[in-house]
Amino acid sequence: MVSAKEEQSMSREFLCLGIEGTAEKLGVGIVSAEGEILANLVRQMKVAEGIHPSEAAQHHATHLPALVRAGLERAGVEMKELSLIAFSRGPGLGPCLRVAAVAARALALKHNLPLLGVNHCVAHIEIGRLTTGAEDPLTVYVSGGNTQVTAFAQGRYRVLGETIDIALGNCIDQFARELELGMPGGPVVERLARRGRYLPLPYVVKGMDLSYSGLLTAAVRLAERERLEDVCFSLQETAFAMLVEVAERALVQAEKEEVLIAGGVGVNARLQQMLAGMCSEHGVRLHVPPGEVLGDNGAMIAWLGVLSYLSGERQRLEDTYVRQRWRTDEVAVRWR
Amino acid sequence: MEVIARGAEAVVYADGDVVVKHRLPKRYRAPELDEHLRATRTRREARLLALAKRAGVPAPVVLDVDPEEKKLCMSRVRGEKLSRLVGGMEVPELREVFTTAGALAGRLHAKGIIHGDLTTANMLLSGVRVYFIDFGLGEVSTSHEAMGTDLLVFRKCVRSTHFQQEEVILDAFFSGYRSTFAGAERAIEKMHTIERRGRYFEDRG
Repeated sequence: MVSAKEEQSMSREFLCLGIEGTAEKLGVGIVSAEGEILANLVRQMKVAEGIHPSEAAQHHATHLPALVRAGLERAGVEMKELSLIAFSRGPGLGPCLRVAAVAARALALKHNLPLLGVNHCVAHIEIGRLTTGAEDPLTVYVSGGNTQVTAFAQGRYRVLGETIDIALGNCIDQFARELELGMPGGPVVERLARRGRYLPLPYVVKGMDLSYSGLLTAAVRLAERERLEDVCFSLQETAFAMLVEVAERALVQAEKEEVLIAGGVGVNARLQQMLAGMCSEHGVRLHVPPGEVLGDNGAMIAWLGVLSYLSGERQRLEDTYVRQRWRTDEVAVRWR
Repeated sequence: MEVIARGAEAVVYADGDVVVKHRLPKRYRAPELDEHLRATRTRREARLLALAKRAGVPAPVVLDVDPEEKKLCMSRVRGEKLSRLVGGMEVPELREVFTTAGALAGRLHAKGIIHGDLTTANMLLSGVRVYFIDFGLGEVSTSHEAMGTDLLVFRKCVRSTHFQQEEVILDAFFSGYRSTFAGAERAIEKMHTIERRGRYFEDRG
């Protein structure tokens, strides 16, 4: 039996439904103001030859209604019990972003709920902090579409290092696709790399920024004449060493005492091992979030929605246009 | 010998007016790659420091280089990193210092010397002179792409660490840069082009 008082307090609980749709994954999450993840469902479209933005958008449009219903069911709540709708406003692929935005606007209008478009990269950082207990980490965010090293300073997540061309995950995925190893390429390359030895490949660090496009081209060419296992090993070793070097220099510069991994590439065991090695040399702690919130997901969008809304952020419907290349350091972090 | 700096990449020891920069092994990366990076950077740094001095850019004097041991022996520059000083500087001083730094960057580029890590942590202020250090990521190149990238590294460093004084610093830096390098406009234009094709460039309009 639930008492009337309890029922009232339950109905007053602040709940946010978040919709993630920046790339090939579609996510719906429901998170409370206390940071409890009540639902976090992800549907990934099958990608044989990389992501076609319009096909991904079509996938999202087709599956979003059912995923929202399933999310509500998982959380055991009804639409009318929600307090806020949040969606991934960018950065990401335009057609995908627009599907998530249109769906979020429709839900908000229909159920008379406030609506917030939030930054996908900042959402990765915040769900990492929520789930690992990291307080003020240097964040190493690596996925198929993004590669950034960020640290909080005076109201913003400052970008200390980032890719100047393609993302690390994109580099590995494209390599796998060129060699027809299957998609997503990350796990296949990781497996093959275990039996490889080192061959030199271009190592390109510009200041604290990274460049992966030359590495991709060189690795594909190298695979024409060398053992695939060796090329996979060398691709990983080079790409990860570049990232860890930048992370190390950023750590020293920003004087942080924790490192947080974010993004789908973060599941790679070799990358985790290298980051852990670097962290232990500096006597800092490495935080690795659980797999279900490491890659793109709806809970992170919902949680950033909660943080933003409760710290006073409001958006009018006409201001919720998508931002394909939205920079992490443009977001005012009012909740810290 | 006392340790005077412990960076991400190397430890620097000092003995009187001499310093030794030792690039330590990084156990997290493949041994072959680690060996290659440390040896190349040690050699490259020695070469670029010498070239920079010849171009009239204040920099440590190379006394000895040992790529086997990954050790570079140089004259000691007694100064403070600009990264640690800018926070406490007033506008006129910022202008003076960064006009100088920009002029030095222009001199490097005019001679085809790319620094590779042009940040305020790699510029030392000693009296009124600005010294450039840490050339390990540099190269010799006359391409505008390389120069534009060098400039972008500087701009991003200012944007992420000196955001409160961003405008003054960049204005002064680029005016100094233009004063010593005839190809400045093309290199600056290239910097904008590189930034625009980046993953996270958003048109504000």
